[in-house]
Amino acid sequence: MTTHPSPAMIARYADREADLDEVTAWSVEVHLEDCADCRALVADSTTDDTRTLLARIAASVDHDIAAGPAPERRRRWSAARNRWLVWQLVPWLTMTVAVLGCAVLLQALRPDLPSLVSLLAPVAPLPGVAIAWSRRHDPAWELIAGTPAAGLAMLLRRTAAVLVVVVPALALAGTRTGASLALTLLPCLTFTAATIALGAFVGVRFAALGLGVAWTLAVVVPAVVTTHLPAVMQPGSSPVWALLTLALAGFAATQANNFRRLSSHN
Amino acid sequence: MMRTVSAAETAPTIHPWAVHAEGLRVRAGRHLAVDGLDLALGTGVHGLLGPNGAGKTTLMRALATVLKPAGGRLTLLGEPVDARANLRPVRRALGYLPQQFGFYPRFTVREFVEYMAWLKEMPKTAIPGAVQRAIDRVGLQAKAGARMKTLSGGMLRRAGIAQAIVNDPAVLLLDEPTVGLDPEQRLEFRELLRDLGVDSCVVVSTHLVEDVATACTDVVMINEGRLVYQGTTDDLVTQGGEGDAGDSPAERGYSALLRRHRAAAGR
Repeated sequence: MTTHPSPAMIARYADREADLDEVTAWSVEVHLEDCADCRALVADSTTDDTRTLLARIAASVDHDIAAGPAPERRRRWSAARNRWLVWQLVPWLTMTVAVLGCAVLLQALRPDLPSLVSLLAPVAPLPGVAIAWSRRHDPAWELIAGTPAAGLAMLLRRTAAVLVVVVPALALAGTRTGASLALTLLPCLTFTAATIALGAFVGVRFAALGLGVAWTLAVVVPAVVTTHLPAVMQPGSSPVWALLTLALAGFAATQANNFRRLSSHN
Repeated sequence: MMRTVSAAETAPTIHPWAVHAEGLRVRAGRHLAVDGLDLALGTGVHGLLGPNGAGKTTLMRALATVLKPAGGRLTLLGEPVDARANLRPVRRALGYLPQQFGFYPRFTVREFVEYMAWLKEMPKTAIPGAVQRAIDRVGLQAKAGARMKTLSGGMLRRAGIAQAIVNDPAVLLLDEPTVGLDPEQRLEFRELLRDLGVDSCVVVSTHLVEDVATACTDVVMINEGRLVYQGTTDDLVTQGGEGDAGDSPAERGYSALLRRHRAAAGR
């Protein structure tokens, strides 16, 4: 900041009769905005009339503030309580966790069956993801679809909210039944990425539905019937799942534009 | 407090029209609801009139960038809004009140408007002030702390208007904003419209010719997805004669235009 203007200049600034050129007046004004000491000097060099006027204004402003409504208190934004998504997802996530619990129980009763938790792991996040990005389940979707924040980032945030519940549940169920942790969590992530990648073209809801049905028919049913764990779930396959996850996630990232309009397919 | 004025704020506008459509076609499901529409709208309040099924809502949704145009060109604030465009900068300058406007029932009015302001990517420090201003402008101060599910229809509509204007949009799209408002609120709303139309492009879709006649500077009439008429409100009044249906000059003008258009289309 520049140096303080001289007291003489401030006195001339405050005196309306004094002749102060515009450029100097501006520079004093700019300085006064930031300097409390010089403002005090200006206040000292004003007349008594001005001071009484200012005091009167200050008193009436104070009075109006006291008489008016109290300012809105800043409440702490409670995400868990206020977010629509949280309430909407509770029943679906409860169902997912309950199904996984049943799989663990069934495994304990019938140890000869192939690992049910592993078989269900890929489809476990799909109901939640489908609900999180669906115009039928989001009442404000039309409002949201027109905002700049709508897009892949928002879908990923909502997906993360689903995974926060599903992944620990899967990990717990996996350790209970002795299933490989990598072969439980990796397919879960792969199918989530696949849902988003496919959802760019047909909508997330249809993508989740299609992938869920395909997995059930192609892998779960044959595995239960033959009581043999399919090849895709054998211990050696985890690098393939990992690669597939990365490839699908990368592909989904290139299709970000398709999620700009929430209404495209969902 | 001093603040830095960014170059974007002082940059002159280089687009002639805030909303510019050329041969615009938009699908509603399989049906082509907007079919070859040419439209150019600048600053002011534009009333969008038309019979039921004319394609008003579909047009509004396309202007709000919610629907992807099936063909033609649509430019908002000088930026093309097609399948490949980056919609983000345009959407920051948009305000939209849908016809059927859903909301999260557990949110209070203030939380709802705040949430929308956040989705519109307003700077965090500007949000509380902007939210209060928007709520003040629609006259919902007394209900700011009430949950959305406890509001009446007219109040909900006003909360919807508040979220639409919270970011001081350059293009404001209001689809049937006066539904559920009582006569006094309608008058206040018209006042608000005139105020908003001073420096932004406001498009109001409505069935009520009276709203257009009193609050809009400009009338756009569409039927079956095509432009029927565009002109000033005074012009609309002069279109009608004594023999036309309607209780006011503007209504007579409206029905005369529609009748003439239908006769021309039937030939």
